[in-house]
Amino acid sequence: MHEMSVALSVVDQVERAARSGGAPGVRRVAVDIGELAGVVPDSLSFCFGLACAGTLLEGAELVTRSVPARARCAPCGRAWDTGMPPDMICAACRGGATELLSGRELRISEVHWSAPPTAPDPTPVPQPEES
Amino acid sequence: MCRTVDLRQAVLAKNTRAADVLRTELTARGTTVINLLSSPGSGKTALLERELLLARERGVATAALTADLATENDATRLARSGVPVKQVLTDGLCHLEADMLAGHLHDWLPGATRLLFVENVGNLVCPAAYDLGESLRVVLASVTEGEDKPLKYPTAFGTAQLVVVTKSDLAGPAAFDEAAFRAHVERVNPGVEVVLTSVRTGEGAGVLVDRALAAADGETVHAPVMARARA
Repeated sequence: MHEMSVALSVVDQVERAARSGGAPGVRRVAVDIGELAGVVPDSLSFCFGLACAGTLLEGAELVTRSVPARARCAPCGRAWDTGMPPDMICAACRGGATELLSGRELRISEVHWSAPPTAPDPTPVPQPEES
Repeated sequence: MCRTVDLRQAVLAKNTRAADVLRTELTARGTTVINLLSSPGSGKTALLERELLLARERGVATAALTADLATENDATRLARSGVPVKQVLTDGLCHLEADMLAGHLHDWLPGATRLLFVENVGNLVCPAAYDLGESLRVVLASVTEGEDKPLKYPTAFGTAQLVVVTKSDLAGPAAFDEAAFRAHVERVNPGVEVVLTSVRTGEGAGVLVDRALAAADGETVHAPVMARARA
């Protein structure tokens, strides 16, 4: 499985963004995983924990969001969930789907920065995204 | 200081960039890469042995790089064709990545190489996610693996630009249902070509060299639906 490679890429990219943005730590990372991306969310979560060790992301939580695969037939305009295994053939005209609308995503969608435990925010303000 | 930001970064963006750079560099020097994906034991090496020999006989400057977790057995076999061969040991990694490939090519690939065949690690899951800068992605399956292989590994078969069935001489004993296999390939990758081969009977001899040369000559290569995904 290549989830460890994927986890290391996620950690590397988030750490880079954190450093360039001056963020002291990372509390949560959200990753979109398409149905056809070939990545197993549980396996990625396991590897993510290991990949975070000794980095700015140490202790960060990984939230994965599954993105359904959808295809669209250009000639007849019909769009459908491809299902798994995917069916790329249009049920209306029996033509090969001309476009995949979604399903191959493997994308860091959102990152939640946090202060490290050693430097707590002196005036904590509840954030809507934490509720 | 707590805040949430939209990062919107593709996790494999670094590999995709490296693959694009490699494709551009190799194309500029006249080299076309063919990425071969299959399960372990499907017969990638046996087919490639035959195709390398044919390429050499036809005077096509060809080289091959083969990746395995361990042993140099495949390189030894492929080298018998007389073309330059390099073995890459991944030390347990289940796939090749573009920058790894680029690193291995740097001081090895002969300058005049027209076709470079890359035999990926035997695995139909992980290698499917990594563009290696290839101009032709070939997915192979042997007749003994079952007709539903394309449905079980939809990303590999769905991103293939050519599907090759190996060991066709065993189709009878293995009760291989060719029509069902073709239907399953068509379901995940409409329009992709499926070719039957056997290194024993000679069926499909030269198919890899022919399709690779066509891609090298700029002929239109099949664009799978999955590879036509919106960014």
